[in-house]
Amino acid sequence: MTAVSVVAYVLLTAAVLLALVRLVRGPSLLDRVVAADTILAVVAAALVVVAALERNTVIVPVVVVVSLLGFLGAVGVARYVGGMLIRSTTGDGVDVGLPEPAEERGVPR
Amino acid sequence: MSGLLDAVAAVLLLLGALLCLTAGLGLVRFHDVLSRMHAGTKPQVMGVLLILAGAAIRLRGSSVVWMLLLVAVFQLLTAPLAAHLVSRIAYRRRHVRRDLLLVAEIGFEGFGQPLPADAPQGDEPAEAVTDTSAPSGGSSRAREG
Repeated sequence: MTAVSVVAYVLLTAAVLLALVRLVRGPSLLDRVVAADTILAVVAAALVVVAALERNTVIVPVVVVVSLLGFLGAVGVARYVGGMLIRSTTGDGVDVGLPEPAEERGVPR
Repeated sequence: MSGLLDAVAAVLLLLGALLCLTAGLGLVRFHDVLSRMHAGTKPQVMGVLLILAGAAIRLRGSSVVWMLLLVAVFQLLTAPLAAHLVSRIAYRRRHVRRDLLLVAEIGFEGFGQPLPADAPQGDEPAEAVTDTSAPSGGSSRAREG
């Protein structure tokens, strides 16, 4: 099981680091939401891997909390951006404070 | 028998971890929000389910297996909801690479225009009715939420 745990932890760590790259680089708020959601899913998966490999059942309730928190965060930010779209006359939220969509600004990715 | 079950559990755990890695790679390499969501939802459903199955095999006989099932049900219920909300907002914010689309069935024409008077209702948030001070284009815009 040692080799399995090393490989699994390396894969999960690489996944979180790559998602962190996207979280830092953006370019838009929704890119960061997607990246944070993915990070939480990977963290939940990693906690289950730890519980399975160590046969440690104490961690399992934490996984329930983490998986629900990821959902709440994504819904909260999506509703926030959606509220700005409602008050916007142009329909894309730029006139009420959101920056221009990054895909239209030509931001390098 | 125990060794065989543990081997199956290890394979499932490694497959799930591999799906998590593909999500990270897709998040970095894909071009817009929608395609990044396509990559990012792989561990949210399939990766977590594979890892939960592996953990349930490995923790067999323990009393926490029902809790692993609970996590699986939560993921299956909440991942489509969150993805639907985020992708809808992303489409309205035009976080879509139009030049990479083969077919745009909804289309982008008239994107910011007021909706026609006979547009279907039912998508208004509660605050849209009373909020008259905001720079809104009238009640027809309130359906865009």
